[in-house]
Amino acid sequence: MSGANDPYDPKQVAALSAENLDAAVQKAREAFAGAADLEALAAVKPGHLGDRSPVLLARREIGALPPKAKAEAGKRVNEAQSAIKTAFDERFAVLQVERDERVLREESVDVTLPWDRFPRGARHPITTLAERIGDVFVAMGYEIAEGPELETEWFNFDALNFGKDHPARSMQDTFYIAPGDSQLVLRTHTSPVQARTLLERELPVYVVCPGRTFRTDELDATHTPVFHQVEGLAVDKGLTMGHLKGTLDAFARSMFGEDSKTRLRPSFFPFTEPSAEVDVWFPEKKGGAGWVEWGGCGMVNPNVLRACGVDPDVYSGFAFGMGLERTLQFRNGLPDMRDMVEGDVRFTQPFGTEA
Amino acid sequence: MRIPVSWLVEHLGFDEVPTPDELAEAFTRIGIEVEEVSPLGPVTGPVVAGRVVEIEELTEFKKPIRYCKVEVGPEQTNQIICGATNFVEGDSVVVALPGAVLPGGFAISERKTYGRVSQGMICAADELGIGDDHSGILVLPTGTAQPGDDALELLGLNDTVLELAPTPDRGYAFSVRGLAREIACALDVPFGDPGLVEIPEPEGEAWPVDVEDRAGCSRFVARRVTGVDPTAPTPWWMRRRLMLAGMRSISLPVDVTNYVMLELGQPLHAFDAASLSGALTVRRALAGEKLTTLDDSVRALDTDDIVIADDSGVISLAGVMGGASTEVGDTSSDILLEAANWDPASIARTVRRHKLPSEAAKRFERTVDPALAPVALERAAKLLNHCAEGQIKPGRTDVGAFALPEPVSMPIDLPDRVAGVRYARGVTARRLGQIGCQVSVTTSEEGQTIVTAVPPTWRADLVQPADLVEEVLRLEGYDTIPSVLPPAPAGRGLTEQQRRRRTVWRTLAEDGFVEVKPFPFIDPSVFDAFGLPEDDVRRNTVGVLNPLEADKNVLATTLLPGLLETLQRNLSRGARDVALYNVAQVTLPRAQQVPVPALGVDRRPTEAEVASLQAALPQQPLHVAGVLTGHRELAGWWGKGRQADWSDAVEAARRAGAAYGVTLRVVASDLLPWHPGRCAELRVGDWPVGHAGELHPKVVEKLGLPKRTVAFELDLDALPLDDHRPAPVVSAYPPVLLDVALVVDASVPVQSVSEVLRASAGDLLEDIRLFDVYTGEQLGEGKKSLAYSLRFRAPDRTLTVEEATAARDTAVAAAGERLGAALRA
Repeated sequence: MSGANDPYDPKQVAALSAENLDAAVQKAREAFAGAADLEALAAVKPGHLGDRSPVLLARREIGALPPKAKAEAGKRVNEAQSAIKTAFDERFAVLQVERDERVLREESVDVTLPWDRFPRGARHPITTLAERIGDVFVAMGYEIAEGPELETEWFNFDALNFGKDHPARSMQDTFYIAPGDSQLVLRTHTSPVQARTLLERELPVYVVCPGRTFRTDELDATHTPVFHQVEGLAVDKGLTMGHLKGTLDAFARSMFGEDSKTRLRPSFFPFTEPSAEVDVWFPEKKGGAGWVEWGGCGMVNPNVLRACGVDPDVYSGFAFGMGLERTLQFRNGLPDMRDMVEGDVRFTQPFGTEA
Repeated sequence: MRIPVSWLVEHLGFDEVPTPDELAEAFTRIGIEVEEVSPLGPVTGPVVAGRVVEIEELTEFKKPIRYCKVEVGPEQTNQIICGATNFVEGDSVVVALPGAVLPGGFAISERKTYGRVSQGMICAADELGIGDDHSGILVLPTGTAQPGDDALELLGLNDTVLELAPTPDRGYAFSVRGLAREIACALDVPFGDPGLVEIPEPEGEAWPVDVEDRAGCSRFVARRVTGVDPTAPTPWWMRRRLMLAGMRSISLPVDVTNYVMLELGQPLHAFDAASLSGALTVRRALAGEKLTTLDDSVRALDTDDIVIADDSGVISLAGVMGGASTEVGDTSSDILLEAANWDPASIARTVRRHKLPSEAAKRFERTVDPALAPVALERAAKLLNHCAEGQIKPGRTDVGAFALPEPVSMPIDLPDRVAGVRYARGVTARRLGQIGCQVSVTTSEEGQTIVTAVPPTWRADLVQPADLVEEVLRLEGYDTIPSVLPPAPAGRGLTEQQRRRRTVWRTLAEDGFVEVKPFPFIDPSVFDAFGLPEDDVRRNTVGVLNPLEADKNVLATTLLPGLLETLQRNLSRGARDVALYNVAQVTLPRAQQVPVPALGVDRRPTEAEVASLQAALPQQPLHVAGVLTGHRELAGWWGKGRQADWSDAVEAARRAGAAYGVTLRVVASDLLPWHPGRCAELRVGDWPVGHAGELHPKVVEKLGLPKRTVAFELDLDALPLDDHRPAPVVSAYPPVLLDVALVVDASVPVQSVSEVLRASAGDLLEDIRLFDVYTGEQLGEGKKSLAYSLRFRAPDRTLTVEEATAARDTAVAAAGERLGAALRA
């Protein structure tokens, strides 16, 4: 170190010479560039930016310089330090990106591993079909009516204009409830809900009733003793068979697509007069578009209205009924009805919660 | 009903007979269902009439084989092997010669069989495509044909059989007469009614008859034919038609009665008059009476059965089946023909009671034209005269009477108003006339045009305006009715209950349960397997009188038997991890079974009557139930997974409750078929609504289920429809989180500790959660430690730890006081 009163030339202080400072910057840049990762960078940092680094040591010499020279030397040191800092920051940023990328790369997994941790549940397709039909009619302004499955003969037959010994009673092979004179049956159709609706509700009524029904058919590919129907009933002033047809056409379109429609064939049901079988035009029918038997319908028999206290001279109505198993069978092309009743999870699962 | 087209069109004035398909389409359009259109044949090549000249019985084979010489043309005799034995030398038969092709592509050629050369085949009726009779070869009545005559024409093979299924209200359509009339209406062609012919005035009675039961028999007519040649065969044309209609030829008198029934729709019965003793009486059977019917069954009669009796006792189950003792036999020559009108309801009951459906009963049940009996008898008598030289005796017995159908009046535009169509002027009157009504049109005092129709005797089904409307609409064609949506009323959407049920239904599926729909029929012995005590309420079932499976004869009071059976089925098919659920009604008898009141249908029942109908029904609440076995979380690359246990059943039940908007409380319970230590009773308040938990190990063993199978069942209808309207206030201030571990007796239910803490911690407690349960030596015998985390928060300020701690300490003190809980050291 020089004496206090010596004339002082900063150029003579080697550490503050431009050459030395440039060399320090150069060395720092090389050291940082040579650091392969953040750890190596951290290890070389003190040698170039720490208290004992050449530039910091050089800065200490400034104080000894004559005032005139201080400014110049200070500026030079600052530039050098700033250059080293910039070099460090740039290198740090590069290495940090590299590190982040590596970590993400190392954390990657095989996302095609199976994810079936919890077995999937499903609703029975009959349930979802019944809901869907309910929604179609609710959207038309109908309400959903309900009734008991074990029913009095009065509701299941008498009120529906089935004479006591009319062959129509044996048309629908009935499960009778013990004892023999109980006058109770398992409902053979959802039609008793017609009579219940007329007794319980204010006119006009527009209701549908999806529900479980029973007939003594042996279980086979196309029959099951326990099955489901949806019943529709509208009673109002001025309802015509044209309205019935329009309603069925709308129903068919909602079930089978915009190109679907219905055809009525004269038939007989004690509780409707006139009566008809409903065929539906099913565009996706196996072997080509065609008519498929879908259900029964007709104008509510005045005798039914009378038994429920509705004046047939003022009100008229229509009713219809379809089998849900049958609908599902041809709509989805299901070959065997037994699958719908046996409860094998492999049958139901593919339907999910919405069929 | 099967009917050949050639017979159908016999009474119709076609210029050109439509094709069978056109006829079928016409039937369909007017509401007579066509089940099948079966063209006869096809038969091609040489098929001829033959005469059996000589029969050589070949005895060296296991079954009788005949080698026959058959004359098949002028001076042409073929040798033919035949396996049937129902013919003799001299019989006239049908021979398919080499080169012929029979139905089914069955080609006939000269070939060696049974060691002989066979030059053709002697045919049975079904081999020719006529009916399905294969009981022997077809033997033609003598004189029907000469050897060599073309059999195709003789057999009328250029014909088609329509199988039709008229609806049960149209009794008249179970006859050629009725069906031909339908076609006449459908296609607007003239029709000559074979049922409307003049019959001769009788001279005296045919037989003494006393109809005691006029309600059961409104009309009884008899005609006697004597001197009938018992050997006279049924002519071929009649046999052919009977065969094509699906009836077997039995004997001429019987064939005649069947033929006339098919033609006119009036069932007839032929008695062997020589076997009758004394006057005939029509009455109900007496208690203890028996009858041997034509099918040789001895039938114990019911006092509701209508019978015909003579001095010997009951000789016929009226309208259903004749008796064996007065059956027309091989030697009968004195025939008493009977035609009557029986009460349809009585006939229906007798058929059901004796399980004896017959062609006659089918028609009587559906009502037979009351004017027809004498006409049908005349037709039958003439046929016996014509075919067997019978002498028609001049007497006719005709007891009873019938009322003409009541006239039905309606505004003439009613069909238009029902259909929503404007029909052309005069359509209604014309169509009603066409079906046989006498039609008149008048104007009412109000100036309305009224049409009045007197239905024909064969249309007992036309009793109200709606019936006339249907006739007009169906004959004009339902396809002319437009498609119009009715104006939409304002609906209220689903009810609260319906929406919540749907949510339950969906929630369980979303939670991994698969919905199944077992039948409600169960075997009551399942309750033994469940170990239920004799007086368990679930054993109190409603029985089914006529179950499909004899042992599954009661209706389910719980959904578990059906679910467990379905579970077993899935397991037997290889499934291991199964969760099933079912939502369905169960049937619970009432403590006091109320009889069903007798109600008419001529008026609306009173409120009291409706209530008593309802009271007569068992209760049928909607239940939801589920069963689980195997893994709830599957094993996989993530780990070993987790076996379903009792808590999954409880959770599923509580989630179902929550989906319905109800928080279910859990109370320890002990109800079979559940494990006595792992059964939760689920309650709404203090009201039990179901159970959940692990099944009893013994029950699991008896039912062959996997160990630790769990189940739950809830009565959905017992859940209240709580008005669920939360209005939460959410504080944005920071919470204070505190943990606390409490030591209690092992017997103290966690839920009660949680409830005390929650109730005592004050309003600052936002949430409480049990995060650990610990038992161990440090705690001492019979103790458990419950670790809770508590979250406190104030609605209006930052809560201090001191405030939260004070609240926690209050809660802990309350737990200590009420449940003996101590802070864990």
